[in-house]
Amino acid sequence: MGIFVDKKTRVVVQGITGRDGSFHARQMKEYGTAVVAGVTPGKGGTGLEGIPIFNTVAEAVEKTKANTSVIYVPASAAVDAIYEAADAGIQVIVCISEGVPANDMLKVYNYLKIKGVRLIGPNSPGVITPGVTKVGIMPGQIHKKGSVGVVSRSGTLTYEIVYNLTARKIGQSTCIGIGGDPIIGTNFIDCLKEFQDDPQTEAIALIGEIGGSDEEDAAAFIKKYVTKPVVGFIAGLTAPADKRMGHAGAIISGGTGTAPEKIKAFEAVGVPVAKTPAEVADLVEKKLAALYKKKAAKKAVKKTITKPRPAAKKSVKAKSSVKKVVKKAAPVKKAKATKPAKVKKSKPKVRSKKR
Amino acid sequence: MKIHEYQAKEIFASFGIPVPKGKIAFSADEARNLAAEIGKPVVVKAQVHIGGRGKAGGIKYCATPDEAYSNAENIIGMNIKGLIVRKVLVTEATDISHEAYVGIIVDRSAKKPVIMVSAEGGIDIEEVAAKTPEKIHKLHVDPILGIKSYQARQLAYKVYSDPETAKQAAGIILKLYRCFMEADASLVEINPLVTTPSGKVVALDAKVNLDDNGLYRHPDYEKLRDVAPQEESENEAREAGLSFVGLSGNIGCVVNGAGLAMATMDLVKHYGGEPANFLDIGGSSNPDKVVTAMRIILRDPNVKAILFNIFGGITRCDDVANGIAKAVSEFRPSVPIVVRLTGTNETEGRAILAEAQIQGAETMVEVVTKAIALAGVA
Repeated sequence: MGIFVDKKTRVVVQGITGRDGSFHARQMKEYGTAVVAGVTPGKGGTGLEGIPIFNTVAEAVEKTKANTSVIYVPASAAVDAIYEAADAGIQVIVCISEGVPANDMLKVYNYLKIKGVRLIGPNSPGVITPGVTKVGIMPGQIHKKGSVGVVSRSGTLTYEIVYNLTARKIGQSTCIGIGGDPIIGTNFIDCLKEFQDDPQTEAIALIGEIGGSDEEDAAAFIKKYVTKPVVGFIAGLTAPADKRMGHAGAIISGGTGTAPEKIKAFEAVGVPVAKTPAEVADLVEKKLAALYKKKAAKKAVKKTITKPRPAAKKSVKAKSSVKKVVKKAAPVKKAKATKPAKVKKSKPKVRSKKR
Repeated sequence: MKIHEYQAKEIFASFGIPVPKGKIAFSADEARNLAAEIGKPVVVKAQVHIGGRGKAGGIKYCATPDEAYSNAENIIGMNIKGLIVRKVLVTEATDISHEAYVGIIVDRSAKKPVIMVSAEGGIDIEEVAAKTPEKIHKLHVDPILGIKSYQARQLAYKVYSDPETAKQAAGIILKLYRCFMEADASLVEINPLVTTPSGKVVALDAKVNLDDNGLYRHPDYEKLRDVAPQEESENEAREAGLSFVGLSGNIGCVVNGAGLAMATMDLVKHYGGEPANFLDIGGSSNPDKVVTAMRIILRDPNVKAILFNIFGGITRCDDVANGIAKAVSEFRPSVPIVVRLTGTNETEGRAILAEAQIQGAETMVEVVTKAIALAGVA
């Protein structure tokens, strides 16, 4: 499974004959991604290592059934490329291009919202479902298939964190770089929603940074809807105010968007925040261990509960909530009754795929 | 990009927003001449990229050209929050019967431009927002549809009761929105938007921040860039395709990627050091960028050690290593350098560093702690 991209993903590369586009088209193909088409106006009819090239995205979609696009065109052409993909029926658009004007993105965002098209980026390193498909520029080899969803506003910082996770043998379900710009197609909340509903994902690492209030919004969302364990990290504690820190969106303006505010927001909803990038793996490991312990205990309860009462009592001593149920000598059905309640919580009403 | 008030007023005027007449002066003599030319009382206003000029004494009313001279003489060279005033705007004085506020920014959460108006103009709007938020009226505009006349009228009537004044203000709001979108601004602000005793509505002040990403569409705005002396390194970095922000610590940092660069600075602080800068060499791995990065960092006399934290993706570690070796042989730095290379072509990169006898580190934590230790003994 994983989110946004999976084994059904069929990629068209917009700007495939450019320096970055051709390099990464090869890299993605090598990783195992179904790169089914490329688009460069004027180069239709040619190809790149067996990937057919078309003049328009519409033609590429018609001929190859591409459903996902990745954009490597210069910033001045990126907005047009996004509209072209959306109007051609592409469902997931990953925009790698950096330097797209924010006021253009305001229009793009609201247009795609109406169309129900998912845009990741711009200024994104892409999205990877390890072992299945990679749509972007991240080094594939540092990833490992597993159960941790990673979402971040950064590129290399995400690699650093993924690298640490993989070194600990903690695999990832999907890793998404949502992009460092102020206006982006997919925010933390969108990813949290998907991770919450993704059966492969067991825990979530959320990597934020200064600027805007996306992390605060994410914290509020976690409190309401996310039942899976989440750990956080915020970059930019030492960043001065009113200075753009590389990313167009990483700026503390009017005294808001600071790291302490964001850390506070996370901690207030029970999301532990790592003090260093390396510590993210520690926190994830702890959360997973606790989760597995809980699951094992549940299993044990399920097993013992069907047995005669005395035995059950003994085995569930540690679990006070379950204990209550057992004490009442609840039938198996009732013990299960705790589950639907949880399921209900995990299915937010805002779940429509359209944003 | 921040621009000055007089430049913002030129942009406003090009969109048809009424602004008082004025010209820029670089000396007290020029200020006197301009005041004489205007032939009426003037206001001399410091032109620096920071708010709070009035409180700092950077804005003065002058009844005569001689007063313009003496005030300009005081203001030029004045230090306002660390910025030195190098020029003043000499503008005709306006009689004021009412001051309002109009501003437009991007609401990052709502993904829409938001127009804010308030009858409480002329003062710090952030203070109004904090203390009496009910006095600020907001309107989100659908960026696809653009602003509608009725929306501008609605906002205007929140501030003005007189229909004629409201009509003028609504017209200004419409133009200001057009200016915000078409100029690729990230902020436009009129504070105060004044009503004169004769009932004319005028933008007495102007603030425009331009989105750097939109500048390619406005080559004429590029010349509005005014680099303060302390921003010269930032500017040089920008021209070389790097992002640099100077800080006051002693550990120079060279990193690829903005998030990792911030996290590296934070880690320096975490282990008891102080970062000297933010520096992102970007996604490409041109060795010349590394040389420029080193030149900029070595210019800072506070720097006692330099660390490189490179996670190769598109950036190739061998390219960065070549750049470091080149910079070291070119500048012969007296401060220690320690380098962490991971990812694409790391083996080749490390071999180049070993050849050049440059210290390596395995992890981000190691490079940071080593740099701090080396800075301590330097």
